[in-house]
Amino acid sequence: MTFKDRYDMVVIGSGPGGLAAAISAKKNGAQDVLVIERDVEPGGILLQCIHNGFGVEVFKQDLPGPAYAQRFINEAYQVGVDFLLDTMVLEITRDHRITATSKRYGFLNIQAKAVVLAMGCRERTRAQVRLPGARPAGVFTAGTAQRWVNVEGYMPGKNFVILGSGDIGMIMARRLTFEGAKVERVLEVMPYLSGLTRNYVQCLMDYDIQLQLMHTVKNIIGKKRVEAIEAVAVDEKWNYIPGTEEIIPCDTLLLSVGLIPENELSRQAGVLIDPVTAGPFVDDGFQTNIPGIFSAGNVVHVYDLVDWVTEAGLIAGKSAARLIQAGPQKTEKVIPVKAGENVRYVVPHTLNPDHLIEGEIRVQMRVRQPIEAPVWVEVRSGERLLHRKPEPYARPGEMVTIFLKPALLDEVKAANGLSVAIAKR
Amino acid sequence: MPTIEEKVVCVTCPKGCTLQVTRDVQTVLKVGNGCKRGYEYARQELTDPRRMVASSVRITGALHPLLPVYTSAPFPKPRIPELLAILRMVEVKTPVTLDQTILEDVLGTGINIHASRDMSKIT
Ligand SMILES: Cc1cc2nc3c(=O)[nH]c(=O)nc-3n(C[C@H](O)[C@H](O)[C@H](O)COP(=O)(O)OP(=O)(O)OC[C@H]3O[C@@H](n4cnc5c(N)ncnc54)[C@H](O)[C@@H]3O)c2cc1C
Ligand code: SF4
Repeated sequence: MTFKDRYDMVVIGSGPGGLAAAISAKKNGAQDVLVIERDVEPGGILLQCIHNGFGVEVFKQDLPGPAYAQRFINEAYQVGVDFLLDTMVLEITRDHRITATSKRYGFLNIQAKAVVLAMGCRERTRAQVRLPGARPAGVFTAGTAQRWVNVEGYMPGKNFVILGSGDIGMIMARRLTFEGAKVERVLEVMPYLSGLTRNYVQCLMDYDIQLQLMHTVKNIIGKKRVEAIEAVAVDEKWNYIPGTEEIIPCDTLLLSVGLIPENELSRQAGVLIDPVTAGPFVDDGFQTNIPGIFSAGNVVHVYDLVDWVTEAGLIAGKSAARLIQAGPQKTEKVIPVKAGENVRYVVPHTLNPDHLIEGEIRVQMRVRQPIEAPVWVEVRSGERLLHRKPEPYARPGEMVTIFLKPALLDEVKAANGLSVAIAKR
Repeated sequence: MPTIEEKVVCVTCPKGCTLQVTRDVQTVLKVGNGCKRGYEYARQELTDPRRMVASSVRITGALHPLLPVYTSAPFPKPRIPELLAILRMVEVKTPVTLDQTILEDVLGTGINIHASRDMSKIT
């Protein structure tokens, strides 16, 4: 296969976000679409997420990660998306010039009319959570362990302690148990679970794996290999509570302490990054501040459902296709959307009210403090309540979604800005 | 008859609703919160708990040494260890396509084991 040096659209990353963007751009009239992926096969992080739980929203089916990815990979090939695999993108410029390198094709320069950033996210490592103690072998991120156990076929240890109650950590606790290892403990520094409740039930409770909230690792013990960790209880300010120390023998410590959107390429291109989401500021079509550069998936903010990643990719691809065909559109007015009371962040950051003519606009957010009681999610323009939606509870680990309906067109148009709040009913 | 009030977290979909279950010893009388599938889940969970199981089997001739597989339907929870022991002994050859049946009617449950993805032969 020979690759052209000009494409309508180039997508960086072949995870569910990138695949959806590529498919939707093709279907919406983009002529040639190229996906560049650094791995040797398309699919992204889903290929190592062999557990079920994907596709409940999009396919109304409970699929394993690779099966979910496979459906989109097949569709992408069917609609004629080009793939450039085993190729690393090194730089993107604000005028959409892409530099990449590949063992097979060498150094590549590609000019695109539109670019979709879909690089996903990476895990926080030991350095980023400043774990004290010795530096023996046997400290890994949960995702690294996941790749080894599920794809490459080797076990990183026998007795595990997992720091962090993120989904990957809990899912790995079950997976390692399946493969004969013992998970001694899951420690979480916060007073609440950071992953989904269902994962607590089906990954930890089902296998009698103990979770301790408000606990952390005080010390890692071991010379060559981890021999034990010292756990300790903490107060609300994360101070150690003296006298609560406990030595837990183990040979491996896994970290499941959060994900960070991967935005080095975005920054180089001049894309502005929201310090709260660690992803680009985007409009309701997932366009960044740089015209013609879009972004989709975990690169924007860390989703807890891959189905939402796909939805975002579809929107980004469609907006990019529109821009490619019609050129930049003048928008009369852009409405900022702000995080109000008890909302940590909201995406999109801005919206074009005219898009409400075509259909509803999805707005997603994360709550700041958990509320284990019925809440209202409220959208206001100044003091005026435009829309509210009841939810049975609000948890930081579970994203909240609302839809702005076309009926709100006039009010949104008249607004200077919208703010979203989550409060007890 | 005395009724029991219980909280059951539904794991059917990612919403993970906390179901308020009212039951006597054998039968579920009422389920607060959640949707229709949640009611089914609560009933099932109290009589015959089941889970979707995903794991891997060996594969030869592919890009990776393992092929991810999953159960065609939720599998009886108490028998999961037996299922895993069987999967450990399975070895398949390339090529494999998504949803290809790897094992049929495993342990007499009527449940099949399917491939979670394509894996072609590498040359
Ligand atoms: C361990 C784990 C468990 C999860 N469990 C669930 C679950 O149970 N249910 C659920 O619904 N969701 C789950 N998720 C979430 C879901 O997997 C992610 O939301 C989804 O994969 C994100 O898709 P993406 O396309 O944004 O990124 P990714 O899938 O991460 O894809 C990004 C791709 O970009 C490529 N890339 C990055 N930089 C470059 C570059 N410079 N050049 C070329 N290529 C590049 C990467 O190699 C990668 O393939 C889980 C996520 C993780 C990490
Ligand atoms: S009750 Fe319904 S909505 Fe709630 S978790 Fe179960 S299936 Fe999902």
